[in-house]
Amino acid sequence: MAATTETIEQVKEATGTYKYGFVTDIESDKAPKGLNEDIVRFISARKEEPEWMLEWRLKAYRRWLTMESPDWAKLDIPPIDYQDSYYYSAPKTVKKLDSLDEVDPELLATYEKLGIPLNEQKRLANVAVDAVFDSVSVATTFREELSKAGVIFCPISEAIRDYPELVQRYMGLVVPVGDNYFAALNSAVFTDGSFVYIPKGVRCPMELSTYFRINEQNTGQFERTLIIAEDEAYVSYLEGCTAPQRDENQLHAAVVELVAMTDAEIKYSTVQNWYPGDENGKGGIYNFVTKRGVCRGDRAKISWTQVETGSAITWKYPSCVLRGKDSVGEFYSVALTNNHQQADTGTKMIHIGEGSRSTIISKGISAGLSQNCYRGLVHMQPTAENARNFTQCDSLLIGDKCGAHTVPYIVSRNPSAKIEHEATTSRISEDQMFYCLQRGIGEEDAVSLIVNGFCKEVMKELPMEFVVEAQKLIGISLEGSVG
Amino acid sequence: MTALLEIRDLHASVGDKPILKGISLTINPGEVHAIMGPNGSGKSTMSYVLAGRDGYEVTGGDILMNGVSMLEMEPDERARAGMFLAFQYPVELPGVGGMSFLRAAVNARHIEAGEDEVDQLGFVKLVRGKARDLGIDDAMLKRAVNVGFSGGEKKRYEILQMALLEPTMAVLDETDSGLDVDALRIVSEGVNLLRDPGRSMLVITHYQRLLDHIVPDYVHILAGGKIRKSGSKELALEVEESGYAGIDDAA
Ligand SMILES: Nc1ncnc2c1ncn2[C@@H]1O[C@H](COP(=O)(O)OP(=O)(O)O)[C@@H](O)[C@H]1O
Ligand SMILES: [Mg+2]
Repeated sequence: MAATTETIEQVKEATGTYKYGFVTDIESDKAPKGLNEDIVRFISARKEEPEWMLEWRLKAYRRWLTMESPDWAKLDIPPIDYQDSYYYSAPKTVKKLDSLDEVDPELLATYEKLGIPLNEQKRLANVAVDAVFDSVSVATTFREELSKAGVIFCPISEAIRDYPELVQRYMGLVVPVGDNYFAALNSAVFTDGSFVYIPKGVRCPMELSTYFRINEQNTGQFERTLIIAEDEAYVSYLEGCTAPQRDENQLHAAVVELVAMTDAEIKYSTVQNWYPGDENGKGGIYNFVTKRGVCRGDRAKISWTQVETGSAITWKYPSCVLRGKDSVGEFYSVALTNNHQQADTGTKMIHIGEGSRSTIISKGISAGLSQNCYRGLVHMQPTAENARNFTQCDSLLIGDKCGAHTVPYIVSRNPSAKIEHEATTSRISEDQMFYCLQRGIGEEDAVSLIVNGFCKEVMKELPMEFVVEAQKLIGISLEGSVG
Repeated sequence: MTALLEIRDLHASVGDKPILKGISLTINPGEVHAIMGPNGSGKSTMSYVLAGRDGYEVTGGDILMNGVSMLEMEPDERARAGMFLAFQYPVELPGVGGMSFLRAAVNARHIEAGEDEVDQLGFVKLVRGKARDLGIDDAMLKRAVNVGFSGGEKKRYEILQMALLEPTMAVLDETDSGLDVDALRIVSEGVNLLRDPGRSMLVITHYQRLLDHIVPDYVHILAGGKIRKSGSKELALEVEESGYAGIDDAA
């Protein structure tokens, strides 16, 4: 705690007194509500960060103040009062339940449907097994094995202290602090996230996965992830989980940055099931995420796979900057919206390197009263000699009160570059439903089968052990959408 | 003995258009009945009405399976109660793997019966065994349901599903259409293997040749939404010679 106190003293000197007078309460779990420079300093101090990190945050915060929330997406976002949120809450052990009997039966029923193993159910439902943290990454048990391979996988707050030169070199390189409104906000107040470093020539010996969750009401979540794969390194990273994440309206503005060097490959998969709000559109998480990777070296490859079923509002465009010669970018996406959910999601493929290639496969499913928009940019820069892109955007509509939209932007500044774009919109046909029903398959299972068939090309990109759960998630997310 | 299927003075409409105009038919366990009739006479409509398809409205009469009316049952409930329809035009399910589809169908029955779901490996073996008899190879089982199948492959796939689901009442709608002689033989053999004292079949066809392979106990001639004539298998030959032309007049 000595370092904290010292930093607090420095902060005190720098700012005179604390307007909000919470410094005496430094041991408390939370910073007070609201956002200002003192809060940024508080977060930095509480995390015992070096001076350069604080400066970086403050720069981001000042930048954020000059920016405006983006309004170009096909989203209806209620005004967000940034002063009405908490920006820091300490890791704390939530009171453990003694057994699964104490858990909300409805939640258990969903775990059951997802086929989540019993131990995992306990962990998710906070039955005594393991510590559950809010805002701070769960300490990973695999760390020793990973460190044997030379892989660094740790909370980013630790990396800032232990590997400052790596963090300083790469953080903000792919997503600069002023990149966009939400990224700037994240840069100012991020509380934790993951840091991954794979040294040259190392194939990460296991799938890296993290469960992000929000446990406390009104705690804005600002995760920050940085993954670096050196020459010829490989890593597959999985974020999120299929289990529903319940909570009240909450802003979730994460930033993920990927750096792939020569011949390196990063596979980043997401299963996102934040609470979407109830069937009347009340509550639900706002998921405003900036994810971007750069293929810095020749033949580097970055592959994004996402299965997005949760959140009230999703604003998310995992992108690739293809600098390296013959570098490869991929985006495989399933975005499913039901009830009053809104999603505006897609990707950007920025082709700079000669011979760079990208593939975009997007499957949008809209049901209920939801709105689902694919928005994607393919940009061929003048240097992108013989670059290629293939894009396929398919939309599936369930019912007649939802919307599906496809907004592709194409910029080609190199005549040798080739861009192909295919798009379809369809419905589940009565023929298909009757065929399944006639085989004895119930209505909801039939919809789930047909929709999973529609998503197949994307689902097969997920890590094997998650495919079955993700398929069930698709079915569960559509419950009540037919009939 | 209770009839396995009893159709009583069945009237049905599609939209506002009456198609079935008073059909009565009794099928006892183990019997194979054939329905023949010209195009547009209402054969497929009858199969859909039996299966409970949306939009095919029963306006009069009743359908009983094992003495119980099925009119209030949903299509999937009827299916699980033992009603099977081999489609005249099987439907493509893009991206839906054959094995997952078949397993979902079988599991739906297990779940209803309160039994465990099928064991994955055992199920794959079972399916492969039955598929081999019908000349369906592993590659075809791995493909999406009916997608890119030839006409003959689709028909064989229907019979494979019937073999797996073991219905008590199977309605085969023009299972012979689009089949060459060899395929017709394979499919018919598959169907004949499934003949069983506990299982009844209603074989719908336009042509007599199918009935050389699947020999029925009774033949009914459907025209204009009514059964015009019933008889033994010889009736099929009669129709083959004189065509359907005289049938309407006979009524
Ligand atoms: N979905 C439908 N909508 C309107 N009319 C239909 C529909 N299906 C069938 N029909 C009509 O019902 C009659 C019987 O058709 P169908 O049952 O397909 O005959 P079959 O199978 O004997 O050739 C035909 O006149 C056909 O045009
Ligand atoms: Mg027909």
